[in-house]
Amino acid sequence: MKRTIVTRPAMSRARRVVWTRWGITLLLVLLLEAACRLGFVPKLAVLPPSEVIAAMVALLSTQEVLTNVAETFSTVAIAFTASVLTGFVLGVALHGAPRLRRAIDPLLASYYAVPIFVFYPLLVALLGLGALPLMAIGYLAAVPAMLIATLLGLDRVPPVLRRVARMHRLGRVSTAVLVILPAALPNLFQGIKLSLAYAFIGVIAGEFILSSGGLGYAIAFAYDSFDNRTMYGLMLFVLLSAVISNGLLSSWESRLQRRRGLQ
Amino acid sequence: MIRRREGLLDGALIVLVILIVWQGLYAYAGAVALTPPWQTVRYAIGLFGTPSFWGHLRGTLAAFGWSLLISAVLGIALGLWLGAFRFAGDVAEPMLTSLYTIPKVTLYPVILLLFGLGPSAKIAFGVIHGMIPVVLFTLGAVKTIRPVLLRTARAMRLSPMQTARHVLVPAVLPEIASGLRVGFSLCLLGVLIGEMFASQRGIGFLIINGINSHNVRLTTAVTLIVILFAVGANSALLMLDRRLHHSR
Repeated sequence: MKRTIVTRPAMSRARRVVWTRWGITLLLVLLLEAACRLGFVPKLAVLPPSEVIAAMVALLSTQEVLTNVAETFSTVAIAFTASVLTGFVLGVALHGAPRLRRAIDPLLASYYAVPIFVFYPLLVALLGLGALPLMAIGYLAAVPAMLIATLLGLDRVPPVLRRVARMHRLGRVSTAVLVILPAALPNLFQGIKLSLAYAFIGVIAGEFILSSGGLGYAIAFAYDSFDNRTMYGLMLFVLLSAVISNGLLSSWESRLQRRRGLQ
Repeated sequence: MIRRREGLLDGALIVLVILIVWQGLYAYAGAVALTPPWQTVRYAIGLFGTPSFWGHLRGTLAAFGWSLLISAVLGIALGLWLGAFRFAGDVAEPMLTSLYTIPKVTLYPVILLLFGLGPSAKIAFGVIHGMIPVVLFTLGAVKTIRPVLLRTARAMRLSPMQTARHVLVPAVLPEIASGLRVGFSLCLLGVLIGEMFASQRGIGFLIINGINSHNVRLTTAVTLIVILFAVGANSALLMLDRRLHHSR
């Protein structure tokens, strides 16, 4: 019986996947462009991608937009950092208190079932208008993701690693830093990525609904005043920022994992 | 049994803590922010006696039902297809993940321009929120199906239809249930946000209307109803989900 051994190196398939992905993206953009140019979609509703890109570049050189960008990004950054820190600390604490964890579990399980924006008016009433309720909503949207990921990560540390640490007579701190943290890292990273996404979504949506500044508000304002160029330009910028920041975290993650020989 | 009684006690304690925090918030922020628990519950029950509230509720539930149905059918079909063709799945998965992480609220104007004001825009908005998790869960389930199951099916000379009916579907069902649970929540979120922006009907409209006219009683009561509905439905689906995962 003749057996053919597939000798194609593993990288090549991964590379083909990546290239196909970019190809499809490009194709979709080109299709949209063609559909707009040929009048298949109403010109009033959808701008062709080339014009959207041009509008985005033009917008990013105006002072007004840059102020909005800085406002939104700093709000997201604060909400994200605070939520990752709190989520991690709460996760570690809750992992050490099984009874409390069992009691809180149903709350965590249905947390994301509640559309968090229903709390927005309450936050505005408590914290006033401005960046504070936005920060709060981004924070509240992101904390449980990090908390759940931390719990999962700690759950999945193999008991044998803890035993090895004990065998080597490691102290509490060095066990945590040298053994447990690295073992829980994949889940922690998942939590960090989700926290960033949720903080971003929370802040932008908050600005969209009720706010007087930031990117979300600028998009809503452009929509209300039929300014399609500004609207699409800003929209593209927001979407690109989300995708790129997520992509950066992902590539950092896979680099770390590769270094540890996990991938 | 002891574990169970402990769980009930803990549940009661949690509800008590929530009520105390709620009452505390009321004491701190006053009637401009929210109404106290008891009053809210009474007002919420009263809402169910008014015909106009039922109109809003029906509007939201109809849009929600349609968007969930579309998300489920399209999501499962796309997930099965992407899972069956490994290359397509590998290409599509990160694209879907980044779609999942973008703030989809920003797309709302486009949806409105394409679908116009009205229920179809709300439904579309629910679908773009709810469909992606269904696809991702289904795709993951098909991709990680144990090869031995498929080999067994081949060894028993099952036809493709029989394989699907007796092997594939039972194997991926628990994951699909998890996907549908997440999709359920996100569809609800999408429809509500849709109603908050541009609608004259529905629960989301009631909330935003309450905010704009400073009708705190209405906002708090509707918020409570939404939360109870979301948590109740999620708990029921979670139970179903766990039962499916355990029966395997």
